[in-house]
Amino acid sequence: MHLLHEKKIKELEEKANEIRQSLIESLIVAGSGHTAGPLGMADIFTALYFHVLHHDPKNPLMEDRDRLILSNGHIVPIRYAAMAHAGYFPLSELKTLRKFGSKLQGHPERVRLPALESTSGPLGSGLGQAAGIAYGARMDGRRFRVYCVMSDGELQAGNTWESAMFSGVNELHNLTAIIDRNNIQINGMTEDVMPLEPLRAKFESFNWHVIEINGHNIEEFVDAVGEAGAIYERPTVIIAHTIPGKGISDIEFDYSWHGKPPNKEEGERFLKELRTLGGKIKSEHE
Amino acid sequence: MLHKEAHLVENIFNTKSLKAEPTRDGYGEGVVEAGKQNKDVVVLCADLAESTRSHWFKETYPERYIELGVAEQNMATVASGLANYGKIPFIASYAAFNPGRNNEQIRTTISLNEVPVKICGMHAGVSVGPDGATHQALEDIALMRVQPNMVVLVPADKEEAKRATIAAATNGKPTYLRFAREKTPVFTTEKTPFEIGKAEVLWEEESPEVAIIGSGPVLYNALLAAHELSEEGIRSIVVNNHTIKPIDEKTIISVAQKARAVVTVEEHQVAGGAGSAVTEVLAQHYPVPIEFVGVKDRFGQSGEPDELIAHYGMDKSAIIEAVKKVIARK
Repeated sequence: MHLLHEKKIKELEEKANEIRQSLIESLIVAGSGHTAGPLGMADIFTALYFHVLHHDPKNPLMEDRDRLILSNGHIVPIRYAAMAHAGYFPLSELKTLRKFGSKLQGHPERVRLPALESTSGPLGSGLGQAAGIAYGARMDGRRFRVYCVMSDGELQAGNTWESAMFSGVNELHNLTAIIDRNNIQINGMTEDVMPLEPLRAKFESFNWHVIEINGHNIEEFVDAVGEAGAIYERPTVIIAHTIPGKGISDIEFDYSWHGKPPNKEEGERFLKELRTLGGKIKSEHE
Repeated sequence: MLHKEAHLVENIFNTKSLKAEPTRDGYGEGVVEAGKQNKDVVVLCADLAESTRSHWFKETYPERYIELGVAEQNMATVASGLANYGKIPFIASYAAFNPGRNNEQIRTTISLNEVPVKICGMHAGVSVGPDGATHQALEDIALMRVQPNMVVLVPADKEEAKRATIAAATNGKPTYLRFAREKTPVFTTEKTPFEIGKAEVLWEEESPEVAIIGSGPVLYNALLAAHELSEEGIRSIVVNNHTIKPIDEKTIISVAQKARAVVTVEEHQVAGGAGSAVTEVLAQHYPVPIEFVGVKDRFGQSGEPDELIAHYGMDKSAIIEAVKKVIARK
């Protein structure tokens, strides 16, 4: 991973905006799916696919690729959008999201799209899979890193903490978890439904190194990933504080957008907001 | 009479002189052998190393033994990751928890994800004995056989358990293996044919009136029943149906055509188990009267293995009774 410079950061921010647009376009056509979570993770997925990960879209299963496990499978539309922009498949294929026969299933399936690395949707089971890959890789002295993106709501599932305990005691330093701390879940705010705080202390007590960042600041995220790579005694969790729906003012902070897509009219409005950077640019160049 | 090509032990009907060993020992020895053959074989265990016999692997290959603690859900997900990376993980715990407790993790991260994890369910059936109903898995075959991509193996004795374990290590598929705690007669030999997906005829008489299709250690009771029935003049075929999935349709249809009546025998709920799998084949291809020997919609309880097998109707006399009943229905 190279160091960031200002020009690169700006490029990544612009890419994140394009990826958000592709996400909204695919959700409009899909007619179902999740909106808030994927928008909130657009910056991190952009940073992962366009700067952090050692990967090759033309050789998706190359042996020493970094592994990215998505535990909260429902935000996969943002991963699909980032992968399409990275060159894993044509952008036009995003229009098949959630359609019959598509590689882009409503929740990710590795067998249909091997570059996804795992199959997920039922919450709480990604960290264990990531830990298994990290454990196996360490047995064989392999150098690649394993990343696991998780939601905050899924931390309520017991399987997560079994995996956190296992990863901590086995000092899986090649494993980095990234938590989308957006504070929302289906039934409301996480702290009202089933509180997670003190979250940092929970992971520290499970022998994890914890870094908290602004999940929309790409430089902070890249720095945190670099720091995780320098920790040799334990796994690292990056708690990324994000705004659900980030980038579209009507959706930001509104948990009712967790599990629904925009309709056509809403979608057009949201795309306009993204293309004009929230009104900062007058002409849309449509 | 005994099928010569089955190469069963010689003194098979002299129960007292037969060697008795638990099928879990077959797993324990088999997984060490599989580990010797392939360095990618790893064993995961959830705080039950000795009773699952995983400790033999742990002693032989400590660097390939992974302890999970009492966390069967995590055991399934970590194994999924290991298999995804390229290892061949065997995950061992009591069947009541593995695949009982971690069923969803197996479904999503192993079966749907198509990774070759070997799920080893120990202490299956009422023959666990004194531990009681909580630890007597009677629904594990049903849980596993309804999952697409899953292979389901139920070895009948320690020798077959060992060979099933070794075979599972190389089949490249998600696989469930069912083992028992109690010592049971070892009646197959190294020469007995064993191939995943291929049922074996162990006993066959001319013009049979019934085919008894059994899975697991209670298959020995089926052989005892066939022997006694023969002395009464009732002729039968006994089939070892060790692979519940993919089931050997050809052999099952063939014995049903010969006998025109079937009794299935298993130490499991009759709903959804090995007998149901046989029935699904015959209902479609060659319908005949069928009786089921197994547990009939009840939980187990504490007791000695033999008395529980008799109480829940899976001993020799229960099989003989089922045979007479099914013949009367022809």
